[in-house]
Amino acid sequence: MFHAFLIKYSEIGIKGKNRYLFEDALVRQVRRALNKIDGNFTVSKETGRVFAMAESDFDYDEAVEALQHVFGVSAICPVSVFEDRGFEQLAEDVCGYVEELYGGREITFKVATRRARKEYPMTSMEINAGLGGMILDRFSTLKVDVHKPDVFINVEIRNNIYVYSEEIKGPGGLPVGTGGRATLLLSGGIDSPVAGYMISKRGIQIDAVYFHAPPYTSERAKQKVVDLAREISAYTGPIKLHVVNFTDIQLAIYDKCPHDELTIIMRRYMMRIAEQLAKEDGSMALITGESIGQVASQTLQSLNCTNAVCEMPVFRPLIAFDKQDIVDISQKIGTYDTSILPFEDCCTIFVAKHPVTKPELKRIEKSETHLTGVIEELYEKALETQEVISIE
Amino acid sequence: MEIYLDNAATTAVYPEVAKLVSDIMCGDYGNPSSMHKKGVDAERYVVDAAKEIAKILKADEKNIYFTSGGTESNNWALTGTALAAHRRGKHIITTQIEHSAVSAPLEFLESRGYEITRLPVDKYGILDPEDVINALRDDTILVSVMAVNNEIGSIQPIEEIGTLLKKNGTEALFHVDAIQAFGKYHIYPKRWNIDLLSASGHKIHGPKGTGFLYISPRAKIKPLIYGGGQQNGMRSGTDNVPGDAGLALAAKIMDEHFDENAAKMTAVQKRLIDGLGRIADVKIHGLPAPAGAYHIVNASFIGIRSEVLLHSLEEKGIYVSSGSACSSHKRAPSATLTAIGCSKAEIESSIRFSFCETTTEEEIDMTLEALDRIVPGLRKYTRH
Repeated sequence: MFHAFLIKYSEIGIKGKNRYLFEDALVRQVRRALNKIDGNFTVSKETGRVFAMAESDFDYDEAVEALQHVFGVSAICPVSVFEDRGFEQLAEDVCGYVEELYGGREITFKVATRRARKEYPMTSMEINAGLGGMILDRFSTLKVDVHKPDVFINVEIRNNIYVYSEEIKGPGGLPVGTGGRATLLLSGGIDSPVAGYMISKRGIQIDAVYFHAPPYTSERAKQKVVDLAREISAYTGPIKLHVVNFTDIQLAIYDKCPHDELTIIMRRYMMRIAEQLAKEDGSMALITGESIGQVASQTLQSLNCTNAVCEMPVFRPLIAFDKQDIVDISQKIGTYDTSILPFEDCCTIFVAKHPVTKPELKRIEKSETHLTGVIEELYEKALETQEVISIE
Repeated sequence: MEIYLDNAATTAVYPEVAKLVSDIMCGDYGNPSSMHKKGVDAERYVVDAAKEIAKILKADEKNIYFTSGGTESNNWALTGTALAAHRRGKHIITTQIEHSAVSAPLEFLESRGYEITRLPVDKYGILDPEDVINALRDDTILVSVMAVNNEIGSIQPIEEIGTLLKKNGTEALFHVDAIQAFGKYHIYPKRWNIDLLSASGHKIHGPKGTGFLYISPRAKIKPLIYGGGQQNGMRSGTDNVPGDAGLALAAKIMDEHFDENAAKMTAVQKRLIDGLGRIADVKIHGLPAPAGAYHIVNASFIGIRSEVLLHSLEEKGIYVSSGSACSSHKRAPSATLTAIGCSKAEIESSIRFSFCETTTEEEIDMTLEALDRIVPGLRKYTRH
């Protein structure tokens, strides 16, 4: 029965003079999301709301799902739109609406009117009372409750009149494209896609770096990462994915450095390369899926050692999350099933039986000096031979 | 350069087969169930295909039923028997080294109240026929044993088991998963008292999605697929005319070159095994031909994870398998290698090389050279 959606946003409302930037970005993102599904929509903004009107047939569930992937949307309200042809006609229209959705059901309701068009001849209170009385007369099973109604019948008087009573929760956050760009270190695991999702939710556009280590990691492991990037791009929009061949650097570290420090030193090189690529892309921060104490390389001491090589801020949105909480989000956003496919990623291939859990920065830096003379060329080569995959 | 040593996973289709399939698809595309000439022409291919296969098996063409492949044939043989014989009994005997196309349907039956006895094998992966007889009970309805193991190439004493089962007089049916065997090893269901025999087309240069199940006259099994009543009502669904014909032609070509193919692959296998013997810490599983299959060599390169060696060889254009291709979807240790008593280190480092008749000794030499170069390098970098 619905041919339009009224899209609510929350935080954007408080952005002062920049507000139009946020609203325009939201309109763009809503358009992008609806473009991907079957059906034509016009998307427009109107004081504090974004409207998406269907111009053709469309699949309701598909449209709602698409809108639930747009950051910045706090609620999606399927709305009926009526022309203003006087109050009597409005009352008929509203009763028709109630009949279709709530006819025969024993529930309480309240009419809530907003007049964006102040020259409408009745006040909001008068409209509430008039429509409420009419509904009570026509529907014996419906009762009014002005304090805690089961449903709000919302009536918004604009150029047209919008009636809605259902609010479907959106993802919240800010529209992508309002907060600049950050670079995600994307492995094949559960955590990093979730970390990328969370930062992007604050309006950030995402690039990603994956470290590939053939022959130790397979083509299928790489494909898995491409799939994960595609899955989060449903939220974040297009992602530029850098695939960096990391094998030679790993083997050099293996050859020259103490094995229990291998993972830490490897992580430091990953951060260096990611930061370099981020700078070239105009990205302003790095994102990792690290969480305190999850593995040896994520103790506070280890995080200090990896953090020391970066100038950029490193965002670790999962830092205080338990594994199960991260799993829950990954299931919600649809990356979990891909993440658990059994292909080894390059972080685990040479992991020592007893890696250091409390590395000292001085010692790690000293171990890294063993790489001098070898690593520079490998580092350059890793950057030069990177493959860039555009994820749409 | 491309050296394909994964022929136990699948094979290249013979050009003659591809041409026949294409000709039938574009020209004789009729539905054998149709009354008109187009249907009759198409039916001819299916009838001839069954004849060709029956000839190779020295069996009757009435007993050949075409399927969508080895997995369907196995599922049908096992589940179809269980459905038909559940009133008589619910006990099934099999081995610990079956392919998942047998072990998984049996697990399903187990979950529905059937009892499965899984017999062990010796260190070469061979079953003792006496063990089968000793495991028989009054309520045994089925014995299912693979002819050639897909991972290590062990050959089971199928003829002996069939003879002993007949002598015993049991009513249990005898099913043989011959997916690795058909076309490469002689197998005669009628003479060997096999009731059900599964085979696949794509392992013998035929098209994927083709296979058959031989069902002996005494085997009363239920269909799994119901519909338009094709194939005597036993396996409904429009006949896969190009597929069935392609499968039969591939089988025919294999059969015409049987001895020559066997000799070629035996020589290739010997060359590889001899060469592997010169590389340190390589353990070969199973027996070489003639005691074992000539088209499979399974070897552990101790200290190197199989996946890593596989990808290193892949970089050189050499394609092998780590364990069986079908099991790369899950990360469980190989049941076959576990059953023959391999250690964890052996299982994690196992690589399967498998041949077809076009595999050359030069290709084996190049593979051995590649291994000589790769193995020491990989052994330097290990997890510890």
